[in-house]
Amino acid sequence: MRVLIPGITGQLGRRVATRLLEEGHQVIGIDRRPWPTAPAGVEMHNVDLQKRAAEEVFRKSRPQAVIHMATVTHLVEQTEERYRINLGGTRVVFDNSRACGAEHVIFVGRHTYYGAGPESPLYHTEEDPPMAVSTFPELADLVAADLYACTALWRAPELCTTVLRMCYTLGPTGHGTLASFLRGPHVPYVLGFDPLFQFMHEQDVVTAICLALEKRIRGVYNVSGPQPVPLSLIIRAAGRVAVPLPEFVLRNALGRFGLPKLPRAALTHIKYPVVVDSAAFRAATGFKHAIDEAQAVREFRDAHPVQAGRP
Amino acid sequence: MTLLVSDSIAQRVQRLEIPFNSFGVDPYGISRKHLGLFFSLLDFFYHHYFSVGVTGTENVPARGRAMLVGNHSGGIAIDGAMVVASMFFEMEPPRLAEGMAEKFINRLPFTSLWSSRTGHFTGLPEHASRLLEDERLLMVFPEGARGTAKLYSERNSLVNFGSGFVRLAMKTKTPILPFGFVGGGDAVPTVANSYTIGRLFGVPYIPITPYLVPAPLPVQLEITYGEPMTFAGTGAEEDEVILGHVEQVKARIAELIEAGRGRRRSKLALDQRGAAPPRPASSKERA
Repeated sequence: MRVLIPGITGQLGRRVATRLLEEGHQVIGIDRRPWPTAPAGVEMHNVDLQKRAAEEVFRKSRPQAVIHMATVTHLVEQTEERYRINLGGTRVVFDNSRACGAEHVIFVGRHTYYGAGPESPLYHTEEDPPMAVSTFPELADLVAADLYACTALWRAPELCTTVLRMCYTLGPTGHGTLASFLRGPHVPYVLGFDPLFQFMHEQDVVTAICLALEKRIRGVYNVSGPQPVPLSLIIRAAGRVAVPLPEFVLRNALGRFGLPKLPRAALTHIKYPVVVDSAAFRAATGFKHAIDEAQAVREFRDAHPVQAGRP
Repeated sequence: MTLLVSDSIAQRVQRLEIPFNSFGVDPYGISRKHLGLFFSLLDFFYHHYFSVGVTGTENVPARGRAMLVGNHSGGIAIDGAMVVASMFFEMEPPRLAEGMAEKFINRLPFTSLWSSRTGHFTGLPEHASRLLEDERLLMVFPEGARGTAKLYSERNSLVNFGSGFVRLAMKTKTPILPFGFVGGGDAVPTVANSYTIGRLFGVPYIPITPYLVPAPLPVQLEITYGEPMTFAGTGAEEDEVILGHVEQVKARIAELIEAGRGRRRSKLALDQRGAAPPRPASSKERA
């Protein structure tokens, strides 16, 4: 199968591309960021997804399937740029896919769509509303991109659209929201709160995305691996020191003392859990995670040990 | 476990039929470590501070979904805590009863953490049905917060019942195990509820007792579990049908409360006789 991957240079994109090559697929990549170490089989195009050059890549390569991973999830980008990439980019992916006659588009979204809050249920099913717009307004563009991708289910009936809401990633690459949070030797958390975090090993994330492609599932699916684990346990199992701070202290300390500068709403996401029910995805694809929660944390710890001598 | 948890409690926690992972945490975040500490605290109140009389635990199934449904008694959660303790200490193997917590509990630090780690999640219909589908033991107080706000004079009465629990039981084909709780109103004799002070602490209200603080007195408590009640149907029936079932459960709970009051009266009477002079030969006197 010819598979086009916008956002191929991201950690996850590279891994999915490599796996698809191994499985004998033809892989075409679009990304502004270069991927110098790309395997020989990957046809790389260093173009902006929203420029005409990218349209030409769609037209020339005529992919049968498109895996859209060109979304920005971290909060470092300026908001306007994020909106351009996440919303404009998603629109372009669907428009171009339809124009070039692709059969299957996979949108790789995030489980933070559901938001975290005191009254939010554990184990969200796909029907639950996107409360992230109120609990974490800075994620509104990702929620909108997810919902926009969902509209393809009725706007483009000829297209098989898959919307995946993936939980956090944790593993040896040390890449992703949760891994970044665990980077330092001391990890702060909100005193008196200890939410569950749901994560899966990179290898399982790649397996899940490839299965969604292979089984050509249509619709919206939560994707998760092993059971969730309380944050304090993850911090300790990762060999870090858990530092409980009262909420008002932590709120004022964000952006100082080496702590990341996060929007205040981010605190809700370390006070309350976002946990999804992925039964529908497992039933549709037969997905089973290969690496459990303890091993995923262990692999992260071994690949990113706390350096001695650092404060 | 830790020094604070006795071996017998640690062993009972081990025997809970809950799928803990290698971290000692189940898929809902219920943690062995926290359960050990939680039940050590309950052990003190259940076995030493209060005198708790329990009958009818044989009606509670050893495994599989079930819904404990009873009356609120006492201004703070003594009733829930003692029901949870009785399921843990009297059942073989022990069972974890999971309450449906008031929403404010998850908003506050520490209560949020401890209620989550010990299996008492916010009272959302999604939580209730998921736990039942997972064959857990649910504890429900259909009177809700209206029930804990009962004053001393109303302590053995029942206020209006919600009907969601009956619909849920019918939908999930769960047996309802009614129970009557007596004595909570004597443990915390509420003369008034202060909603103003409550707001300061972020809770709905604070019960005011004759001695001001809502600290419980060491009194006799009685829990009476009744036989399972099942209602056939899908849970989508009209309100008239459902409310009829609710009334049946409510009437059964009222009977169980009366049974508990009877036992409590005779025990208290016995105590008073015991305080008055001798039952002839107690082993102590002979020694």
